[in-house]
Amino acid sequence: MALSFMDGNEALARGAIAAGCNFFAGYPITPATTILSNMLKMLPPRGGVCLQGEDEIASMGYCIGASMAGKKALTATSGPGISLYSEQISFAIGGEIPLVIADVQRLGPSTGSATRGADSDIQFLQWGSTGGVPVIVLAPKDALDCYLLARHAFNYAEEFRCPVFIASNKEIGMTKESFDLESVTLPAVVERKAFSGVNYLPFAAEPDAAPPFLPIGGNTLVRQTSSTHGPDGYITNDPEVIAGSQERLRRKILDHVERITLYEEDIKPGSDTLIISYGVTVRAVADAVEILTEAGRPVSSLTLKSLWPVPEALLLEKAADFRRVVVVEMNLGQYVHEIRRVLGGGRVEFFGQMNGVLITPTQIMEVLCNA
Amino acid sequence: MHSYLNTSRPPVYCPGCTHESITAGLDRAMGSLNLPADKTVMVTDIGCSGLFDTFFNVHALHGLHGRALTYATGLKLADPSLNVIVTMGDGGLGIGGAHVLAACRRNLDLTLIILNNFNFGMTGGQCSVTTPADAVAGSEFLNQAEIPVDICGIAESAGATYVARCSGLDTNLHEIVAAGINHKGFAVIETLGMCTGRYTKKNRLSPSVLQQMVEDLPPKSGLVARNQRPEYGERYRELCLQNCRYPEPVTVGHQVDFPDYHRQEIAILGSAGMRIVTAGELVCHAGLAAGMNVSMKNDYNITVLRGQSVSEIQISPRKIGYAGSTAPTVVLALSDEGVQQRKKLFATLSPGTFVLKDKSVNIPPCTAEVYEVDFKEWKIAKPDWALAALCFLATKEQAINWEMLDIALKAQFQGKIYLSALGIADKIRCAMATL
Ligand code: SF4
Repeated sequence: MALSFMDGNEALARGAIAAGCNFFAGYPITPATTILSNMLKMLPPRGGVCLQGEDEIASMGYCIGASMAGKKALTATSGPGISLYSEQISFAIGGEIPLVIADVQRLGPSTGSATRGADSDIQFLQWGSTGGVPVIVLAPKDALDCYLLARHAFNYAEEFRCPVFIASNKEIGMTKESFDLESVTLPAVVERKAFSGVNYLPFAAEPDAAPPFLPIGGNTLVRQTSSTHGPDGYITNDPEVIAGSQERLRRKILDHVERITLYEEDIKPGSDTLIISYGVTVRAVADAVEILTEAGRPVSSLTLKSLWPVPEALLLEKAADFRRVVVVEMNLGQYVHEIRRVLGGGRVEFFGQMNGVLITPTQIMEVLCNA
Repeated sequence: MHSYLNTSRPPVYCPGCTHESITAGLDRAMGSLNLPADKTVMVTDIGCSGLFDTFFNVHALHGLHGRALTYATGLKLADPSLNVIVTMGDGGLGIGGAHVLAACRRNLDLTLIILNNFNFGMTGGQCSVTTPADAVAGSEFLNQAEIPVDICGIAESAGATYVARCSGLDTNLHEIVAAGINHKGFAVIETLGMCTGRYTKKNRLSPSVLQQMVEDLPPKSGLVARNQRPEYGERYRELCLQNCRYPEPVTVGHQVDFPDYHRQEIAILGSAGMRIVTAGELVCHAGLAAGMNVSMKNDYNITVLRGQSVSEIQISPRKIGYAGSTAPTVVLALSDEGVQQRKKLFATLSPGTFVLKDKSVNIPPCTAEVYEVDFKEWKIAKPDWALAALCFLATKEQAINWEMLDIALKAQFQGKIYLSALGIADKIRCAMATL
């Protein structure tokens, strides 16, 4: 068995290509730049297009245009770039434009620390757009996950016709590691559902689903607009039509949370504590849990790979039997708010850190032992 | 002649608005070229010119303010068979200036029609980047302190291959627009027009004044001879054909048996320019060759050839979880900056830790076994210290051995670089023999 050796950014790029990505546009930013440089090497030989935009806003615009022509588009940036993407993200949400956005997070706020990791943007990714519409955010824990979640991200983007974020982190994107690429089980590639009837209305859809797609440039004329629109893609002021499409944008995601819920669990018999984490922190949690369990103090863990939409049913089910729930994240408390909202605040404890360094297994053990 | 106008959605401009005549001119231009509707897309910006897509029966994409050219670029590169026509006001021109410049430099086959009416019509007549300083606009006195841009001049100097300016009421408008659409490359057409809803209420403007303005400005009548060059999409695809080797992922198989290998954590503490990351990769490769799992976490500043460079490597027979440093088994102290970055680490080192330091490097007190070498004395250049330190480790069989390192060197280096690495290896072996 030969192991692959690459960082999370390369794994994400390779995972995207394996998922059918054929268009990329991005702007250099540490620690996401190597996704752009990898795509520049990988897409042209595969007949794809890879561009370096004049800025982040342009990069997103290129992806939106390409996606509307039927391409599977990826872009990659870090927190400051997500800020610039914001209004284009809103467009992709409202216009139901499939896109995958990799956010290789770094320590914020603002330009923050270019070469220091943090899970800075966990709430921002969901709420950094206008309109308050649900988005999908996946969180890898290592390079192999970057590869795997790129597949899921493209599949969700195509099925739900929405932007899907991969919330990576400098500590994953720029950490090189070995893994067995052959060991991973990938879901089949999902393609955008094409419209097949007559009289195409670009935004006519079932109340809980994305509309079928036709590309700009095909035989049937297609309209896309960033303005509030009816099923025909023309601007509308009709309150009923507006309410219907707003409701559908929510339902097409929220009615399918179960299918968007990706997680791992390690439930230990006899444990009374469940530790919930995501991203790179999961790895320190796993080490801490193993050491404690070997020492006769079993602790259970739940790893969230899907952060948004919040997997509420999963949280309720998995946390049901635990006296104590500990949330650990590489920030000063972002996702813990969701977990407290779902589980109630009483038994949920939090540990986080925002200083540019990884949370260590020792710190986690201290938190777990300080009952 | 075929008309593309959407009869069920007639234009809704203020009476006398020049946009009306530009709509008609564009329709006529498209008709004269007999553009297939299903291979034509109208990409519109924000403001009154952003309504254009609704008046035509072609594909349409209406997006954010100033960003129309970005969608147009994505569409055209994704589907080179499309005719892409972009409409934008002087507002979009200002807010999306970077995209206009980029499009001029790139020369992708798009047609940009700028509907310049000297103000923001839709939002109340505020001044824009083209409002004359002596105009009365909706932003109080602000336009009096600025000068308007000549977008055609800017487009030319930014590399646009077709630049034309005319009054939006010009009877030849359709011909100018048709020539722009027909041009293979980026075409910029600036039309000067009247915003009767706002601008002309306070400023004297008439068809003849517009015509005079066009005549007073430097003439721009189409092809820019000095900028002629291949269209971007064609050039892009041509260059892609020359870069057609897909980079396969690096995989390393188990080639060396290292019985009873214990988990190793190696910290290489150096500075930028000392090839610390390359050394880290070599150690990882060596570990992989022994059938181990590896991880490498690097720490450096945003400065390129200055500052610390630290690489932390783990080599383990088991899957690696936490990738940070916990208890290093090997520390290579190669620069003061690198040591400073991890100064707290030294107090935690156990007596079993193998520390190698260059004579010039100061390290905090520690209980580990410290080997001091003088790379300078051994005639090893600073950028090779990290590699030399690995050779030292291999000779001592600490974390790696020579068989492992040699596989890594062969895989990472070729030709002359490999030979020079072997040269360093020989120097270290000789020097160590005399220790
Ligand atoms: S506000 Fe000005 S630009 Fe807009 S439709 Fe009226 S006249 Fe035309």
